[in-house]
Amino acid sequence: MWKFSVRRTLIMIPQLIVLSILIFVLAQLMPGDALSGQVGPDVDPKRLDEIREQMGWNDPWYEQYASWMGGVLQGDLGQSFRFKIPVTELIGQRIYNSFWLSVATLILTYLIAIPLGITSGRFNDTWRDQLITGYTYVGFATPLFIFALVMLWIFGFALGWFPTSGSVSPGLVPGTFEYFMSKLYHLLLPAISMALITTYSTIQYLRNEIVDTKQKDFILTARAKGASETRVYNRHILRNSLLPIAAFFGFEITGLIGGSIFIENIFGYPGMGQLLVESITLRDYTTLIATTLIFGVASILGALLSDITLSIVDPRIRIK
Amino acid sequence: MADKLLEIKDLTTSFRIKDDYHAAVDNLSLTVNKNEVLAIVGESGCGKSALAFSIMGLHTRAKIEGDILFKDKNIAKMSSSELNKVRGKDIGMIFQDPLTSLNPLMQIEEQIGETLLLHNKDMSKTARQERVLDLLKKVGIPRAEYVMNQFPHELSGGMRQRVIIAMAIANKPELLIADEPTTALDVTIQSQILDLINKLKDEMDSGIVLITHDLGVVAEMADRVAVMYAGQIVEVADVKTLFAKPLHPYTRSLLNSVPNSDKEQDKLHVIQGIVPSLQNLPREGCRFSARIPWVDESAHEKHPELREVDPGHLVRCTCYKHFSFPDETKEEQHVLS
Repeated sequence: MWKFSVRRTLIMIPQLIVLSILIFVLAQLMPGDALSGQVGPDVDPKRLDEIREQMGWNDPWYEQYASWMGGVLQGDLGQSFRFKIPVTELIGQRIYNSFWLSVATLILTYLIAIPLGITSGRFNDTWRDQLITGYTYVGFATPLFIFALVMLWIFGFALGWFPTSGSVSPGLVPGTFEYFMSKLYHLLLPAISMALITTYSTIQYLRNEIVDTKQKDFILTARAKGASETRVYNRHILRNSLLPIAAFFGFEITGLIGGSIFIENIFGYPGMGQLLVESITLRDYTTLIATTLIFGVASILGALLSDITLSIVDPRIRIK
Repeated sequence: MADKLLEIKDLTTSFRIKDDYHAAVDNLSLTVNKNEVLAIVGESGCGKSALAFSIMGLHTRAKIEGDILFKDKNIAKMSSSELNKVRGKDIGMIFQDPLTSLNPLMQIEEQIGETLLLHNKDMSKTARQERVLDLLKKVGIPRAEYVMNQFPHELSGGMRQRVIIAMAIANKPELLIADEPTTALDVTIQSQILDLINKLKDEMDSGIVLITHDLGVVAEMADRVAVMYAGQIVEVADVKTLFAKPLHPYTRSLLNSVPNSDKEQDKLHVIQGIVPSLQNLPREGCRFSARIPWVDESAHEKHPELREVDPGHLVRCTCYKHFSFPDETKEEQHVLS
């Protein structure tokens, strides 16, 4: 088990190196740089070139990459050109916000998906199943950003039940109960909006797994033992059907990253997704590279988490 | 007369295909006595597994009519909670494919223990563990203490089938249904498993319904044989009679299809055609007539019935009186000319 986890973790290292090179090169390929549009038209272009030379922007990419990577390894993600503060500081609070938004979304996703998936799979091809499947089709077809806008409009503006931007009410002291509740209150609507849409894949997955497992031979064995229908479902079918869901868990994280970029921008929620979009429009390379890198690392970690979870729940995968 | 253990009366198991119900087991009656091995033989698709599943109440989407009396209780009419007290306790079942019949996520101990747990609520955990260990030893699993904590994928096919047998006999059932217990195993393991079932039968003195398409297995194991074709029983006899003096054309064709080293044969006998599918099954007349087209129509009955021709020997339809294999007729003609 430990050996497996360690080996699986070691495989991540080359993945991370390739990822960082890709991100770095792609960012360099973007037209313009942090100086374009920032300085007055009367500044001598020669002066700009001098600055670029000073900053090392004219060096070959691998030299720039090496110096950047050297910093990253020491925990220095560079200086943001626009916010004039270190990127690590910029990311600090936002990563925390994004993390909790993701956790809330994941919890809600499973709270919706597991009961619906079980009902749909157990009573497949009945009206209940059709109703749930209908919902998943709607979820599949609805673009997240449109749905989020509608949710914001109804519950944020029209009904006024939820705050429409920010991650906490101003003036509260961190660490107090009010602060915590305010945080929760602010992330609830974005989390619900995202969960309602992204849950469709988990419902469908679970439904299909249950329908599939129901027809397996060992279910007959369980019935032949005299196990009640409830026991057959809880002990035999569900346990086997949840395996792929566990495997899917890490990849949900990747999906969440994509979703959070829309959601955070729409709900004005100061997280990593919002920062990413800002840094692209402002050509803030250091921030852009850093946020993309963190998203990439999160995805790879998600895959790692999937593999490890699966190896815990499925005895067949445990590598000796 | 032997004691009746299981009596099936006019059992019809039908499946819904599109809008109609089609009977896979058609108006079938059969008795299993105590301490006997009744073999049910037939081709794939003749309804033998459907019959076994009907007895166990394992069909989820079939219409079941008729009565299945087990020790004078009608299990065909039981609610599922009543039935759950019988299955696994009084009736055990051994399945066809040991590779897929065990839950891949449960350790062997838990799987066998579940059968015990379900029917002996007051059994302590340690008592259960001991019993599982006992059972594993009884079915001939080496290093039982170690195997108990293994998962199915760590065991070979033969070992898994032994585990399934241990599960089926855990509560000392009076009736054991074995649905092609050796089909998925290779020949050496087959004989080991058959020996095991034979040994257990003697120990437990319970009745066994052995479903198979392997006539070798029938010869080795059975006391009595019922031959099934297209959802009906076409012949019932004790095993010696059946092999010595088979009557129904289908039984004779089956026996004739077995390669025989004593007889000089150029070609293996093959029964013409295939078992008709449920939807295309002729519901009137002799169902086997289509596969012996050289036998004259008039030989068959309009409504073939199972009749006792000798004590304990039942045959359906009158066509057996006029049946001979085509090459035999040719040979006879040869001799004549």
